[in-house]
Amino acid sequence: MINRLGYTLKQAFRQIYRNRAMSLASIFAITAMLLILGLFFILIINVNMAAESVKSDYNTIEIWLLDKTGTDDIETMVDGIKEWNDVTTVEFRSKEDALTILKERWGESGYLLDGLQKNPLPNSIIVTVADIEKSAAVAVKAESLEGIEGVKYYKDTVDKLIRITNGMQLAAIVIMVFLVIVSVVVVANTIKLTVFARSDEITIMKYVGATNWFIRGPFLAEGIMIGMISALVSVGLVGFIYSKVHATIGTELVTILSAPLVPIGFMVTNLFWIFIALGISIGSWGSIVSMRKFLDT
Amino acid sequence: MIKFTHVTKSYKSNIGLDDVCITINKGDFVFLVGPSGAGKSTFIKLILKEIDAEKGTIRVNEREVTKLSNRQISDHRRNIGIVFQDFRLLPNKTVFENVAFAMEITHQSKRAIRRQVPQVLSLMGISSKSDKYPDELSAGEQQRVAIARAIINKPTVLIADEPTGNLDPDTAWEIMRLLDMINQRGTTILMVTHAKDIVDKMKKRVVAIDKGQIVRDDYGTYGYTDTCIRSPEDKAIFNKAEGLAREDD
Repeated sequence: MINRLGYTLKQAFRQIYRNRAMSLASIFAITAMLLILGLFFILIINVNMAAESVKSDYNTIEIWLLDKTGTDDIETMVDGIKEWNDVTTVEFRSKEDALTILKERWGESGYLLDGLQKNPLPNSIIVTVADIEKSAAVAVKAESLEGIEGVKYYKDTVDKLIRITNGMQLAAIVIMVFLVIVSVVVVANTIKLTVFARSDEITIMKYVGATNWFIRGPFLAEGIMIGMISALVSVGLVGFIYSKVHATIGTELVTILSAPLVPIGFMVTNLFWIFIALGISIGSWGSIVSMRKFLDT
Repeated sequence: MIKFTHVTKSYKSNIGLDDVCITINKGDFVFLVGPSGAGKSTFIKLILKEIDAEKGTIRVNEREVTKLSNRQISDHRRNIGIVFQDFRLLPNKTVFENVAFAMEITHQSKRAIRRQVPQVLSLMGISSKSDKYPDELSAGEQQRVAIARAIINKPTVLIADEPTGNLDPDTAWEIMRLLDMINQRGTTILMVTHAKDIVDKMKKRVVAIDKGQIVRDDYGTYGYTDTCIRSPEDKAIFNKAEGLAREDD
């Protein structure tokens, strides 16, 4: 058994070396596919992360209170809301605090607010929800409270965000599946070429009385090795490209989107295992499928 | 021993073999002759179970070939050596590796391989070419490698499909001497050929096939337009008649 394994591996190494051109062609094809897949994967993960972080900016509901609502009532109200489902934090914001926050937000134009005779802003309760999709339900519930002027949440923005992120996730899945199919087809064809180039060899092996698995073994091992090499090369390339991107636009993105890029280390480790698995399965599957025809007789 | 009993094999457009009966005994040297498309290749493919017969039975060394499973086919082929007109050596392997390959597939030890391959190469007179690749050899040398590969596992039957077809006359005769020597050692040889001079000179059993039928089966010279012999009974009568004819001489 160990003898057989040794033979298979030795043959596989020899075949790769002696058919350098074809081996390289397969490695290029698989690497190219994994590279595209990997870069797309990184893009999707980052877009998702950014979407999640944008979502978290809109997961608040403001309950505006009437001026006549007393402190005691407000406290009862805050305690009551804390008991609701899907609510993470509940916080009272006085009209003065609200004005300070508004001034800060207006930045350099904030002095305009100094001219106000009376603070027009209401006291409010700020509720954050665990999941942005639950904010509508929480808002409806808040509207039924006594002593409030109204409930404000980013209904349209929230709806739009939910639609966009869901759409993006669906598109990502569709494109990923498509890319995987394309890469399997391309790789199977490349391997088929290498097998076809050696169809004579396979026929001779059959004539000499080799069993199907004896013939398949070295090809399979070769496919697996080529898959692994491609996986390593493409992980290296993706890591390199991503680190360049990270260094170039990483900080700008934080300021624009207020969302950081996914850390390189995390990305590369995950991609490493995914690619090794993909590379090995594409390589072995490709060689088995493309050999089937030649092993019939 | 090879025994065909009422074997029929047809293809879409033409007939391969039509109700063929023949027995080739252990140690025989048989030339299989006939025009192109007569059924010679079908005959060999059936022995190797590359194709299946529609009717009849084929026995090789007491094994019923028509009933072999996939797994048994490879086992069956290991007992048959085969040599082709175009040598069919593995281009990426050296002479030594090409011959060793036939032993590797039967899971023989490295020691046995190291011992036996040089012996056979020496028997074929190509010891010095051991490390060369097939494209570095002459046609005659390549055919010697192919024969070495075919006999390394000591098969009981050696099939040679026009083994001299690509060789010049001198080299062809060298190959024939090697085949004759292998035959002297007890291996049954079935050789497909169009080389009239070789058949005439060797004076071996000649089986002629035409349009899927055996049209002649006797000893002597090349030719395939002779008495039609179909059943073993007919053949017995034919042989007897021939024997009487020889006595008359």
